[in-house]
Order: sequence, then C-alpha cells, then structure tokens
Amino acid sequence: MSLVNYSTREITCKIVYYGPGRSGKTTNLHYIYGQVPEDRKGTMVSLATQTDRTLFFDFLPLDLGAISGFTTKFQLYTVPGQVYYQTTRRLVLQGADGVVFVADSQARQLDENIESFQDLHANLAEHGIDAREVPLVIQYNKQDLPKDLILSVSELEDALNFRSVPHFEADALHGPGVFETLRGISELVLKRLSAGSGSAR
Amino acid sequence: MTARADARYRFDNFVVGAGNRLAVAAARAVAESPGATYNPLFIYSGSGLGKTHLVGALGHLALDLQPDLRVIYLSLDEFVEQLHASISASETDAFKKRYHTVDLLILDDVQFLTGQRETQSEMLRLFTALQGSGRQIVMTSDRPPSEIADVDERLLTRLAGGLIVDIGAPDYETRMAILRSKCEERGLHFRTGVIEELAKIEFANVRELQGALNRLAAYQALGQQSVGAPDVRMILGAQGTTPITIPVAKSSGEFQSFLSDVAIAVAQHVEGWKARIGEAIAYWGGEGYRTAILERALQATVAPDVNELIAGYSAAVDHLRTLEQRATSVDPALGADEVFRDPERVGDAEQLAERALAGHTPPVGPSPAFARESFEVGASNEMAVRVADMVIADPGRKYNPLVLHGSSGVGKTHLANAIGNEMLNLSGGAMTVSCVGAQTFIDELIEAIQDGTLERWRARYRAADALIIDDVHFIAGKERTQDELFHLFNTCSDAGKQIILTSDRTPRELGDLEERLRSRFDGGLVVEMGPPDRDLRAKLYARHFAQRERAAADDVIEYLADRQVSSVREIIGTVHRICAAADVSAESITLTYVRGELEGVSAAPAPVRAPSDERVDSFFLDDEKIVWDWPDITARLIEEIR
Repeated sequence: MSLVNYSTREITCKIVYYGPGRSGKTTNLHYIYGQVPEDRKGTMVSLATQTDRTLFFDFLPLDLGAISGFTTKFQLYTVPGQVYYQTTRRLVLQGADGVVFVADSQARQLDENIESFQDLHANLAEHGIDAREVPLVIQYNKQDLPKDLILSVSELEDALNFRSVPHFEADALHGPGVFETLRGISELVLKRLSAGSGSAR
Repeated sequence: MTARADARYRFDNFVVGAGNRLAVAAARAVAESPGATYNPLFIYSGSGLGKTHLVGALGHLALDLQPDLRVIYLSLDEFVEQLHASISASETDAFKKRYHTVDLLILDDVQFLTGQRETQSEMLRLFTALQGSGRQIVMTSDRPPSEIADVDERLLTRLAGGLIVDIGAPDYETRMAILRSKCEERGLHFRTGVIEELAKIEFANVRELQGALNRLAAYQALGQQSVGAPDVRMILGAQGTTPITIPVAKSSGEFQSFLSDVAIAVAQHVEGWKARIGEAIAYWGGEGYRTAILERALQATVAPDVNELIAGYSAAVDHLRTLEQRATSVDPALGADEVFRDPERVGDAEQLAERALAGHTPPVGPSPAFARESFEVGASNEMAVRVADMVIADPGRKYNPLVLHGSSGVGKTHLANAIGNEMLNLSGGAMTVSCVGAQTFIDELIEAIQDGTLERWRARYRAADALIIDDVHFIAGKERTQDELFHLFNTCSDAGKQIILTSDRTPRELGDLEERLRSRFDGGLVVEMGPPDRDLRAKLYARHFAQRERAAADDVIEYLADRQVSSVREIIGTVHRICAAADVSAESITLTYVRGELEGVSAAPAPVRAPSDERVDSFFLDDEKIVWDWPDITARLIEEIR
C-alpha cells in the first residue's frame, strides 16, 4: 500500500497496534473512536469473541478530510495478541506504514511483552521488511496501575527499547497517552512522505 | 441484479407525493409485470428527486417477485464503457449476448447519449432485440427524450414509444413525510416544530433537504443542545460561512489537536514537485491521456526539472490533439484510437494520421464556370441575388440555410455555385465549400454504404466550411439520405456553417420529406427565383449574343426581350438557334431576320433569304418544317432501333 498517491491526491496511513494479549490495543482504538466527531467517524469494525478478546482484528478508519489538498485517511488496525493467532497477525501487518507496540506494564507480563516484540520482528521479516526501517513507537500501557504491580518506564525501556524508538506512557482506558502515541507514530509515518520513495512499504 | 443498485432503494422507503405519484405507479406496474405494461418506461426529472431510488426500487421489487429474473442495472456511462471495452477486446459478441438475454434492463442517466453515434446504434439494435422479445427497458434522464440533443430519430421514437413520466419537486406535505421517515430511520429526535420549520423551506430536491436535516442533526449532536424551531433557519443559513467546527472543538479537543498536528506534518513533508507532477497526472489522466512518463518521474528519488517535464508532456499532448483532429476529419472512427492518447507514441500517431489523410479526397467544390459577375440581375431574381450577396459577405450568420427555389432553368444552380465561388474567393481559398447535386449525394451515400466507408463519407462533408446541395427535391422519399442529410445539416448549422439548397419548389411543397428536415429547411430563408422579367431578358440576350461573338442590334434585343420565356435556358436556346441559322444562311442578325426566324411569317422573309441562299435548301430554314426542339429524343431513338 502506498502512503501517498500524488495523482489522486490521497494520503492513506495504515497503522498497526501490535502487542501481547490483553495489553490494551483495542482499548486504544476505542478511546480514539470515542473522540472522533460524528462527521468523521467511520464504522469501527471489531471482530471479538464473547469474552471481548480480539478474534481477528479491529479496524478503525479515520477520515481526516483534505489536508494540504490531500484527502487524508488513517486506518488503525489491531492484531490479536494471543500467540496462536500468528497468521492473522502476519496478515494484518502486511502493508503497514507504521507500528505501535503496546506493552503491558505489569511486571508479570514482561515475558509476554518480550515474546510479542520478537514476534513482531519475525513477522516483519516475513514480509521482507527491515524492522529498523519501519516507523515504530512503543506505548507502555497501564501505567495507572499501582506501582507495585508494574515495572517503571526505565525498566521497560531496558527490556524492550534497545533501538531507542520514541516511547509513551499511557492509560488507554481513560485516555492519557493515547493521542500522544497516535501523534508520535503519525509524525514518524508522515516523515516518510519526504523520504523520497513515496511508498512506505 | 448488479451490485450497483443500492439495497436501500426500495418502494417502502420511497415517499410518494403529488409530484411523483404517477411515476411510482408506473414503476410498480412495470416491476410487477416486466415487459407487459409500459415498455420502455422513461422517467425524467431534475437532479436529486429520486429517479435512481425509484428505478432501484423497481429492480428490487421485480427481483423479489421473480427471483430468477435477469436484471441489469447500470448507468449509460457504464454501458458505454463496457461497449468500448468489448470493442477494444473484440468481444462484442459476448457483450451482445449478455444484454440480449436480459429480462429487465435499467439504464440510468441516458441524457448522455448526445452525440454518441456508435452507442446509439448499438442501443437501437439492443432495444429492438429486447422489445421484440417482450423484455422490459427502463430509463432515467434529466430531461424528456425529445430534449436529448443529437439522438438518432429512430432511437428517439423507441425511447418515447412506451410511457414517459416525470417526477416533480416535493411539496410541503411530501417534504414533511420525507423528513419524518428519515428521522425514524436514523433515530433522530427534534423538538416539536423543528421538522415543520425545516419542511417549510422550499428545497429544489430531496438531496438538499436531506443535507439540511443532516446539518441539524450534526449541530444537535455536537453542540449537545437540542435545536429549537427558531434556530433552524439560522443554523442552515449560517452553514456557508461558519462550518460547525466550534462544537467539534469542544467535544474532542484531542482529536482536533491531533488533526492539526497531522496537517502540519503533511504540509512539511509533502514534496512540492511531486504534488505538481501528481496534479498533472490527475489532469491529463482525467482527459484520457496515458501518463506513464509522469508516473515514472514520480517514482524518482531526486526532483527532475518539473517545468520542463510538464511542458514537454503538454506539448506532446497538443501535438497528438492536432493529429487526432486531422485524422478524425477524415474518419471519425480513428478518434477512438489509443495512439492519440499516448504521448510516448507520437510517432505512431503521426503515421496513423498520415495514412488516414492519404486516403482522403476533399469534397467537390462549386463549378468555376458559374461566376457571380456573369449572373445577370433583374426584378425577378433581385431578391435572391441580394440575399446571396449578404450570405457571401457573412456566411453562416444571416440566412442559414438559404433555400433557392424556382422552376427549372431560372439560374438556381448558377447562383448557388456563384455563392460558393465567391465565398472561396473572399476567404482566399482557406474555406472548403462542398457543392453537390442531390442525385450525386444519394449515389455517393449508396456507394459509401456499399464500401463500408460511411464514416469517411460523412467526415468529408462535415469537414467542409459550407454546404451547397443542388436540386434537393431529389431526396424526396429517400429515407436514409434524409437521415444523413438531417445529421449533416445539424452538424453544419451547429458549427455556424452556411448551407445553401436549391429546389424546384418550396420545402412546404416537397412531398415525402421528413418534417424535421422540412422545418429545418424552412428555418432560414426561402427565396423564389422567378422566370426572367423583360429587363433581365434584354440583359441575358445581349450577354449571350456577345458570348457567341455575334453583334445584335438594339432593336433585335428589344424585340427578343418582349417575348415571354419561362427560363434562362430558353433564352440561351433562342440565341443558339438564331446564331446557328444565321451561320448557315450567312445572314447578319437583324430584326427582320430574327423575326422571320422566330415567327416564320415576317414582312419580307422570302426576298431577304431566297437570293443569297444557294448552298442550303431553303426547306431546312422553314420554321414550320423544322423542329428545333426534340423533346424526349433519346427515347425516340431507342424506340427506332428496336
């Protein structure tokens, strides 16, 4: 998928929220969805199981209208976190212009975080994408939980962010950090408009 | 049914009012028994009054009642596109098969038929086939069939052959009903009086009405306050100047600031040169040209010289356009050729245009023998000549068409050709004037049909800047010729090209002439050329004696001019006869001689002639015994031989 189409004057950004199960990817999208004014709201598609776990993926189209003469659309996706949905994850990742890695700040989830982060790299490699090239930000979610349950940002940074990509603390359920994260990834993605290729594949 | 017809278009959500009752009843009747009642059904109305909804509902109902019905719903544009695609892929048979087996064909927006000749003929064939086998056709348009310009008469009669209904703008009650049903559908609630207030505003169509309702709903939802009746006009009136962004900002500050961040990032990172090339691609792509060169440039990582690139591209396109114009003036079918759309194949386009022009012969011009200055003017043809001079001075503007009528031999052909010659002279040879006898016109048409060069034949005449058709009365009863002449006539008069016709009677008196042509002939100026009057006769005799280098005394001319004639040809005949007789008898042309010649009983014919006439038997000069005019001589000769 091309990020910008100069002939039709369209910018389309596909952003994928990646991370282990129950880290709050869908919650991120729900919060964003709730903030979008009526006239820009697409339909949020959520394929969830009865227990509200994402079965396939969530999809939130955001129509940002005309920006600098370009019809700008953001497509936000989440992947199912559970390990056995490997194929779906790989599929959703296809053609992503940017990735938000949503980490669960809870101490007992550290291994899941690391595993999922490695899984992300593996899947990117499957698509032939150099993980160092793709725009990526990390969100440390659930920072609102009691301090004794969670790891501090610096501990998480040590464990996950070996490449020093931008990171954000968040409480996706209530909103803090959600738009900061979205803004962070958007900035990285849009930088690629001038990266020369015109394609962010 | 194809996916295009929106499933929401159903009869139960189509609000019926005074303006559309008839159309709805007709559509229902058709849906219930396709092909049986009104075939074709033609629905027309202004934009946004529910044509598409109605035909969509028709299609759905028909399918609900007979699920195995083959229904095709598409807009005329899509139809044309498919037709062209099938032609370019040479799969016209598949195309025909597809449409010839359809039970209910719904064509939206047929007003775009204007000028699409191939499409029209394909549709004509299709319609004939479908109607012949009792299948239903439904069409919508923004105007009645008779107002769709430049449509083949035969197709038009078919379009209009079934039932034509229109949909009017909704009245107050209908608007109320529409608003109520929309609110119900979308779960919208307004304070009392709001809907009534909104319905009072006279919207030209349902779309605007719906837009206004949406605006109110959005205002109410975002402003978190319910709208009152007095606010309605304020909200709708203020809509143009201040979009409802203020409530948006209130309720979703985070989204707004995200949006402005994105806007800044996009403005920073979008590359100007790419945007410019992108614009060029969008523009030329929209015009139908291949933009591969530009697209390749867009893939480059470094900025090329954009100005030069775009200038080069548009120069190539201009060149292609010129070539296409030249080629289509010979054969319109060439206009569809891909090479004229690809700036990378200018060379091929040049070759194609050249080949086309090589096989092209310009139409026959007026005969130089008929000069304007050799045309004598008298009271009987003064009007025609004066009009002719005006036409020469300002072709196509004043009297178009100019119809010259009069009995045989009064100089119609001469004058028509003279006008053509003068127009040519005045333009310095820049104009092309086609001048043709109606009989030749018919023969050429038949030949073109035979050879399959009809398009080329048409193009020849269309390319000319003026059209002169002599003896147009010959086309009476020739249906196909009248068709062709009709279109040619329209093309010429639309382009402001002068048309001159001659005929032996007025258009009104021409039998077997289609009304549409008759009215067009009558639409310019119809002017009569009478038999030459005395003055004119005198001038003509003088001129024709002079042309034969024979001197004729004034009294001879006077004497001759006094004799009634019905045509110029008769005058020429008389001059020839006198000259011939005088040659034979070696006489000079004097009044007595001429009188003796013409009347046979002169005051002193014998003494004048007899003595000098030794070489020729005087028997042959006896007027009573010599027949100068042999009517129908060919037939007689053939009879003799038999």
